[in-house]
Amino acid sequence: MMKKTVSLFFATLVSCVLAVSAQAQLVVEITEGNQDPTPVAVVPFDWSGSGVLAEDVSSIISADLRRSGLIAPVPREDMLSFPKTPEEVSFRDWRMLGTEYVVTGRMQPQANGYLLSFDLTNIFGQRKVFTKQVTGGAQQLRDIAHRAADEIFEAITGIRGAFGTQMVYVQETQRGGQPSYALMLSDIDGARARQIRRFSAPVMSPSWSPSGQEVAYVSFETGRPAIFRENLRTGARQQLTNFKGLNSSPTWSPDGSKLAMVLSKDGNPEIYVLDLPTGRFTRMTRHFSIDTEPNWMPDGKSLVFTSDRGGKPQIYQLTLATGQVDRLTFDGDYNARPRVSPDGKTLVMVHRSRGVFTIATMDIVSGRMRVLTETRLDESPSIAPNGAMLMYATKRGSKGILAAVSLDAGVKYSLPSQQGNVREPAWSPYFD
Amino acid sequence: MFKSVKTGLGLACVLAVMAGCSSTDTDDSANQMVEQTPPPVVEDTTATETVVPLDNVVYFDFDQSLLKPSTRELLIKHADRMRASTSGTVRLEGHADELGTREYNLALGERRANAVRDFLVLQGVNAGNLEVISYGEERPASEGSSESARAMNRRVVIN
Repeated sequence: MMKKTVSLFFATLVSCVLAVSAQAQLVVEITEGNQDPTPVAVVPFDWSGSGVLAEDVSSIISADLRRSGLIAPVPREDMLSFPKTPEEVSFRDWRMLGTEYVVTGRMQPQANGYLLSFDLTNIFGQRKVFTKQVTGGAQQLRDIAHRAADEIFEAITGIRGAFGTQMVYVQETQRGGQPSYALMLSDIDGARARQIRRFSAPVMSPSWSPSGQEVAYVSFETGRPAIFRENLRTGARQQLTNFKGLNSSPTWSPDGSKLAMVLSKDGNPEIYVLDLPTGRFTRMTRHFSIDTEPNWMPDGKSLVFTSDRGGKPQIYQLTLATGQVDRLTFDGDYNARPRVSPDGKTLVMVHRSRGVFTIATMDIVSGRMRVLTETRLDESPSIAPNGAMLMYATKRGSKGILAAVSLDAGVKYSLPSQQGNVREPAWSPYFD
Repeated sequence: MFKSVKTGLGLACVLAVMAGCSSTDTDDSANQMVEQTPPPVVEDTTATETVVPLDNVVYFDFDQSLLKPSTRELLIKHADRMRASTSGTVRLEGHADELGTREYNLALGERRANAVRDFLVLQGVNAGNLEVISYGEERPASEGSSESARAMNRRVVIN
């Protein structure tokens, strides 16, 4: 088990470099790692330009790999040499350190940006695995690092990296004695946080479009809940609903053409699907109970949702073509807010056992449930697009923080906010 | 038993007669006193009493939207005033505690506010004058995770 804090590293890096709101920053604290992570050395990269680079790219890559829990980066002070190319790598030296892979790299200035050439060398196999190049603009050093980390991670673990993804979350602060709410966007490591929009009334339930260009969310700014969609690049915004009662829980269909949501205009909460091109609403459930928190199966043919039609909140599946509803969860007296893994095989949810709200996974076919977290007030799980980890919200003391756990529960880290309460993380899709 | 009742009645008759006698005896002197010093004047303040504000929050048990008996008494008073009032719409704001998921709690807050609305309508309040809105757990009245804080948050506010 690993206990390591890399917050200082991040905080320093960020405060030196970024013009974005540093007060809004989240910092990474790794609380639990994999039992047997692969030792990998990311050697400081060569820089052929003038001056000092604004970001330490090899350090960002090391931090990405460490957060996965599957890789243990070799500390820089333990390195016996700083090779710049695979040819300069001394297999014997690195083998003595127990290092399995070495990453070498060369940063070069380019018109309006940078070029990184980087190599992965297998020490025990005594062979170069690959040499790759990634380019980016002057403000994209962190993006260059995350893309390189994705390539290295996939070559070593066989799992596609998601280090270049982002998240949206809700931040609540006090301004002049009044609560102030903001929809925030940051890199998935918490860096480069920026405010999408600020609200004086609550905002909740952010959900990404599958293209990664838009988010849908619920805002109370009109004095009642309403669903909005907002383009993250242009800032263009559209109010989609203004019905009497609840307008909540928007989630985008996998093809991006529809939005599932909850409306209570009929008297009690029912699941609806809004067809975005035509603006047509279709009612999907008819029951006097609470039906809420819809989420799409990856094939777009059915929804999973929370309902208390059996007396307590449990998770059900609705087949859109037939309207048939099947109960999925039977273990425990509170299972809610389901999200489906990208392969469609696993549900993650909020699960109450012995009075404590935790995050649990369930294998949809076997129904086998597994509790992933052991804090008290865990909620809002959101799965990474590679299905390896999920981000969720919890409390530390009275403060709302974000945390992450791998779907096999082997890796955990948290991202406390330096200011205010943070909650409802929504992990972005891949952007390509 | 009969005997004691009879005795009681007899005693009452005697007392009534005596009272009648004494009042006629003192009539003159009493009139004189009134003329000399007028008694304190009692004003009827019933009209101003009705604007004393009623408690406007009702509370609920965990994961429940049933009205508690104590709540019903308060809501009947609210209904009386609402029927008499001509001043516009009343907002019923439903809230939940921090336990459970946010979107489910939004629905739970609405269910609580609906329970209050339905009760008021049964008491004769015009449904068109009542607006239900739920904030779920997004606007707690009391921060913190103690049971007393949570109990304060499971509420409907009548505005």
